[in-house]
Amino acid sequence: MGTTRMFGPRRVEKSLIQRFVGLNWGIVLATILIAVAGFAMLYSVADGTWDPWASRQMVRFGVALLLMLGLAVVDIRYWVALAYPAWFAGLVLLIAVEFVGDTGMGGQRWLDLGFMRIQPSELMKIAAVMAVARYYHGRTQMQSKSLRSLVIPMLLLLIPFVLVVRQPDLGTALMIFVGGLAVVFLAGAPAWLFVVSGIGVTAAIPVVWQFLRPYQKDRILTFLNPESDPLGAGYQITQSKIALGSGGMTGKGFLEGTQSHLNFLPEMKTDFIFTVLVEEFGLVGATIVLALYGIVLTYGLLIGIGCRNQFGRLLASGLAVSLFLYVLINVGMVMGLLPVVGVPLPLISYGGSAMLTWMLAYGLILSVSTHRHVTIAPRGSGII
Amino acid sequence: MPREGLRYQTYSRRALLLAGLQGLALAALGARLYYLSIVNGEKYRLRADKNRISIRLIAPERGEIFDRHGEKLATNTQDLRALLVPEQTDQLEPTLQKVQQIIDLNDRGLARIRRRIKRQRQFVPVTLAQGLDWETFSRLNVEIPRLPGVQTDAGLSRLYPGGDAIAHLVGYMASPDEEDVFKSPLYQLPGFKIGRQGLERRYESLLRGASGTRRVEVNAVGREIRELPPREEAVRGNDLRLTLDMGLQQHVMQALGEEAAGVVVMDIPTGDILAMASSPGYDPNEFTRGISNANWQALLKDPRTPLLNKSVSGQYPPGSTIKMIVALAALEQGILSPETEFYCNGKHRLGNHTFHCWQNRGHGKMDLMQAIAKSCDVYFYEIAERLDIDLIADMAARFGLGSLFDVGIDGEKEGLVPTRQWKRIFQQQSWQLGETLNVAIGQGAMLATPLQLAVMTARLASGQAVIPRIVADDGEGGLFQPLDVNPFHLETVRRTMEMVMEEGGTAHDYARRKSATRLAGKTGTAQVRRISLEERQAEGGVIDNEELPWASRDHALFVGYAPAEAPQIAVSVIVQHGGGGSSVAAPLARQFLDKALETARRPIEEQV
Repeated sequence: MGTTRMFGPRRVEKSLIQRFVGLNWGIVLATILIAVAGFAMLYSVADGTWDPWASRQMVRFGVALLLMLGLAVVDIRYWVALAYPAWFAGLVLLIAVEFVGDTGMGGQRWLDLGFMRIQPSELMKIAAVMAVARYYHGRTQMQSKSLRSLVIPMLLLLIPFVLVVRQPDLGTALMIFVGGLAVVFLAGAPAWLFVVSGIGVTAAIPVVWQFLRPYQKDRILTFLNPESDPLGAGYQITQSKIALGSGGMTGKGFLEGTQSHLNFLPEMKTDFIFTVLVEEFGLVGATIVLALYGIVLTYGLLIGIGCRNQFGRLLASGLAVSLFLYVLINVGMVMGLLPVVGVPLPLISYGGSAMLTWMLAYGLILSVSTHRHVTIAPRGSGII
Repeated sequence: MPREGLRYQTYSRRALLLAGLQGLALAALGARLYYLSIVNGEKYRLRADKNRISIRLIAPERGEIFDRHGEKLATNTQDLRALLVPEQTDQLEPTLQKVQQIIDLNDRGLARIRRRIKRQRQFVPVTLAQGLDWETFSRLNVEIPRLPGVQTDAGLSRLYPGGDAIAHLVGYMASPDEEDVFKSPLYQLPGFKIGRQGLERRYESLLRGASGTRRVEVNAVGREIRELPPREEAVRGNDLRLTLDMGLQQHVMQALGEEAAGVVVMDIPTGDILAMASSPGYDPNEFTRGISNANWQALLKDPRTPLLNKSVSGQYPPGSTIKMIVALAALEQGILSPETEFYCNGKHRLGNHTFHCWQNRGHGKMDLMQAIAKSCDVYFYEIAERLDIDLIADMAARFGLGSLFDVGIDGEKEGLVPTRQWKRIFQQQSWQLGETLNVAIGQGAMLATPLQLAVMTARLASGQAVIPRIVADDGEGGLFQPLDVNPFHLETVRRTMEMVMEEGGTAHDYARRKSATRLAGKTGTAQVRRISLEERQAEGGVIDNEELPWASRDHALFVGYAPAEAPQIAVSVIVQHGGGGSSVAAPLARQFLDKALETARRPIEEQV
């Protein structure tokens, strides 16, 4: 069996330089390409100037890239040790932000430290996955299958979920939860549990409907029939579909997007930036960008298969699912497949927090890849 | 390590499953993209164009109105305006403040602007100021980048150089009514005006022209980015040429001053109306800008009714000017001959009612011609007893009384020529003989407009069924049918009209000849009140016009033509509550006839 070979004698640990050089530069390149697509779109949206958006985004990306590479070469065992503390820290920040935080448009809350802003809910996306991965790393196969093992993971996920939902940021809360759920699934929780819950959730939709706020109800209704209110609530989706569709096969050309440049498309540099991309570069351009995302995310999802430690496997895959949700929700929303929930497209939408989350998460994924031959004891490695 | 192996297997399987799901999701996104871009691509491209391309109308230039010599009665002048589109301005008050620094908007103007903004839809431009001078306009243009929502517009606006002299003819223009705004897309252009009165209204479709269109690329707030070809230019409206002589018209209006009067001057051979004046007038230019409520109320309430076009809408008892018609009817019936004599002692008795002649002591014995020259009422009472009202009505109709000529002016009234049938239908009574006596001297139920009297005079003078026209392209311009009247009788009547102007005639003292031209005409004085027996028997007799309040005074009328031997021009003058026809109306008519003959009457200018 292949596993014997995989889990045979330990290999020699690599030095920092070796780890750096051994990074998957192809994936790093793919990530940079996605970011470049983002710069191009921000340049276009600013009517052909680097300022004020494209240039700032490039600076942010430069910093984030360094962070990603930095995280990639840090020993994974540190992450194992930091998993629970990170979760707690995130929890504290989430509670703090209830009281002293500033509120944003989509319901996000953050803390303003002067030189930068911290969005606890974004950090929690990573921390929650890390914590759940850490938990299952310490469990055996049998234990993972039991229902009792679900208690702590659910706590690890539901507490932040509730706090974030109250912000009120339903989108981010769901992403935290689903990311963690993926880890639970991959760790071996019984499959029937998922099926049953799925049915249960579907059945609970009418009940949940009552609890939704008016604007959330409106969003769903508008989503189901945007043409019913094309100048009001349905405006964004209708305009987005028009702009998307009018791009055709190869788009109208770089800088030539009529709907975006004439202000018909709202939120062009944030939520609807993918629409601008499709309008200008057509189906071809969009497919290329989606393919790049697909490559990067699939790598993240499947790198665990070559990984010797459970923590790494679960961490990489869980984070990959989280990141995938970003792309799925944003692109789905922009095409009218999902209600408008104000989720940006990481690396392309203007804004730092989604980019930071992505790059930090991907740094961790790369770290998993770098350290795929490392085995870690169930109770941590004693590195701290 | 077995535990690694087992959970590794679980993990691997499930990870691949998730990867498969992820792949499916991405494929679904791709499929949706394909659906939108390719399957529905055309539809969305059309909608994208619909978003950004707006079709804007180009307002056509309105045709002008000219008099017979090419002088302009109505023309278009450049109107430099400042507009505001409310939805494009983020802060209304600061923007208005800034505009105030350049253009002086008084408080009332500001209030009106704010009202309009509330009332209209937010993308409809509101006029801030019109008629700006070039300097202010330029300064505004320089400041435009700092005034969001403000636009400048160099449009055309109507100007009436003739002012109040021709207001009643030309009419005025104003914005269409709210309800009608949807009848034509042009009506929704800011400041678009349509003719509301007079020729402007009657010939609206001729004058307006056809709008053009241009395609404009707009952004989401409707602001124009650039124009996209092709453009369809607007078609200028047609011009309107009138038979009017502006110089004569202004002369007439000036002479009338503030009197309430209607005057029509016609060219007999062609039927051209050379002057059609109604006094007092008003300035149609005031309406173009938007007349103030105070001025509008003043116009409405003025007892001299400036808004009424008296020359076609004022209906007056013709008074003695009708006597030629009555005489002709009598001659035609053979009731009398020109030599037939009657005796006038100032009174005429019918049943138990006494009719009076204007000359208390009477005129003594006289024949027909003297009766007309001296305007003796009793002579005509005698005729009336022998002549049926319907016969008078028939003759009157031949000379155009009671007819509508439809010259193109709004509000033309048909006057009234009473008949037995009329009395039965409208008053459910039968005609009394006494009423014929009243009609015979031009009182009673009979009513005529200055235009009708002018036509009557032209027909008397020429023996042709002259048809009046004011628009140069109307009618046959001179090809008239001969009247169905004995030309010998007409000759007689014409002679009497000459006698009116000579010694012994009622107009002699007041309309002495200043030039060599000989006139012929007839005075008339129409009563508007009943004179009671007591008044007649009182010490001073019938009260003089000068001592009565204005509204109780008689109307002063005069109809005439010149030169007497070869008639060219006919005129009718009615001065409302003017007093005596000979003292008030005759001198004016003399003046107008002289002036009309003097103005070298060139034929209508050829179109350039």
